[in-house]
Amino acid sequence: MNSKLLSNVTEQLKENSLGKISIFVIVILTFASVLAFLSPYDPNKIDVMNRLAAPSKQHPFGTDEMGRDYFTRALYGGRVSLTVGFLSMIISTTIGTIVGTISGYFGGKVDSFIMRFVDILMSIPTFFLILILNAYLKPGVQNIIIIIGLFSWMSIARIVRGETISIKEREYVQYSQVIGEKSSVIIKKHIIPNIFPTVIVAATLNIASAILMESSLSFLGLGVRQPNSSWGSMLKYAQGYMEEAPYLAFFPGILILMTVLSFNVLGDIFRLAFEPKANDD
Amino acid sequence: MRRLIVKRMLQTIPMLIAISIVSFLLIKLAPGDPVQAYITPEMGPTDIERIRENLGLNDPIHIQYIRWLKNVLKGDLGYSLVNHRPVLIQIKERLPATIGLMSTSLIFSMIVGIIVGLLSAANQNKLFDRIVTLISYLGISIPSFWFAMMLIFLLSLKLKLLPSIGMRTIGVHSTWDLIKHAIMPTLVLSIQNIAVIARYIRSSTISQLKEDYVIVQLAAGASRNEILYKYVLKNAILPVITILGMSLPSLVSGAFITESIFGWPGMGQLGVTAIFSYDYPLIMAITMFSSLILILGNLLSDVLYSVVDPRIKELN
Repeated sequence: MNSKLLSNVTEQLKENSLGKISIFVIVILTFASVLAFLSPYDPNKIDVMNRLAAPSKQHPFGTDEMGRDYFTRALYGGRVSLTVGFLSMIISTTIGTIVGTISGYFGGKVDSFIMRFVDILMSIPTFFLILILNAYLKPGVQNIIIIIGLFSWMSIARIVRGETISIKEREYVQYSQVIGEKSSVIIKKHIIPNIFPTVIVAATLNIASAILMESSLSFLGLGVRQPNSSWGSMLKYAQGYMEEAPYLAFFPGILILMTVLSFNVLGDIFRLAFEPKANDD
Repeated sequence: MRRLIVKRMLQTIPMLIAISIVSFLLIKLAPGDPVQAYITPEMGPTDIERIRENLGLNDPIHIQYIRWLKNVLKGDLGYSLVNHRPVLIQIKERLPATIGLMSTSLIFSMIVGIIVGLLSAANQNKLFDRIVTLISYLGISIPSFWFAMMLIFLLSLKLKLLPSIGMRTIGVHSTWDLIKHAIMPTLVLSIQNIAVIARYIRSSTISQLKEDYVIVQLAAGASRNEILYKYVLKNAILPVITILGMSLPSLVSGAFITESIFGWPGMGQLGVTAIFSYDYPLIMAITMFSSLILILGNLLSDVLYSVVDPRIKELN
């Protein structure tokens, strides 16, 4: 990202208080989940005497059905949720960018073949497919990351393709073609750097949707499973204690909402900063 | 225009073929040996081999696919591994509840989304607009299952206003009872689309308000509201038809979660249960039917668009 784009981002942030809060939330939550080991409680230590205790000074989020400190568990859960969101974004953004640039740059038959393929993938309810695959494969955070990543690159590929087509027409790209530079070099040197801002925007929004996806899967019991926990899987168990301990259902949900919201806001800020045209709305 | 529709319909054929292949593979790749379902303890290896041959499992995969496809086209989707009832009949039973919930949610989110988006654009950067912007961010960011949990907690557990599960109270056959059961599922299934539609309408209205014809009308003395509702609305609403196509995937995906939480007796709930019981024929059929809903919905929205927008009519 060059300094011009970066200064556009800071400019956008100056006017946008929601944006400042979002960055704050993301930074805090990331640090908190990385530093979760600093908590005095063991997230897996069962304390039956203390089960379903309401939030208090000792236990800010209360304790769960096995007396485990819910705040500590939420921090560790955040680790899983954020990791899944971030890593599956890396997978889908990489695939989306490669497929999109190839499709847009080479055009013609390659393009129409790839785009038909994308159309087909988008006409299958991917959520259901992801559910099925998670049930077929053995459970584990690794598989969830891969499956979500493999099924959420299509919209990125479409956006990147559009952008690539317009950049392909610029003079410097045509010049490189005339002097006989290899396509792979042109894509690396001219196309990728120019579509980078678009990719950043798509990637940010992609983290948000990956986190949502993971939480839904885990909530249904087909995502992160015991002994691991994520915010979504915490909510799955909280469902059974809605009457006695509604706070168990409240906190992880708020954390997901805040995280996803922050990434969505951030994505929009990047978009406004990178395409001055969009500034008006 | 007829040519456009025919062309568009032809384009769906490769998609249908692709979906049939994916559905077929879902069964083929399923863990476990399908023969297991037919084996009893007293059978020897020759018996098992005979069953395998009879089921056609020794044939090359493309022959198996074609045979399977022929059956599907005849309406034979096989039998559930769990309750041994024909899959097609189970889907038929469940489809009305799903289609009903989806269409109610679609209409509801369109109405709310358009009104809110329009008002938001008319009051750009005022308090109302800011609140709408924040709420629409919440709408696209909230996990739908958590929204459902909070609604159930508030409206069913605390206030005891609405039933939290099912589509009807047993023994009660009133429309009011159905509506009461449908309120929360509809809200949950709509929240994301309301937010998306409101944002879309807001930005398309704002860009319409900058068009020359608006400025000319204003100069000629027309009132702002008059322009807004008479002209801008018409032009800003056109993209909603595209949104109809866009919001279908989230409706179909959302139905799986929403129906599971509220015990809504539709295809989505059936699908999630089928996954948990590894009921492959049912999983396959639900994949096909939900893809079909998506494809037909997109086809419909494209056709509608060409009917509504005269420019597309001329192009073809």
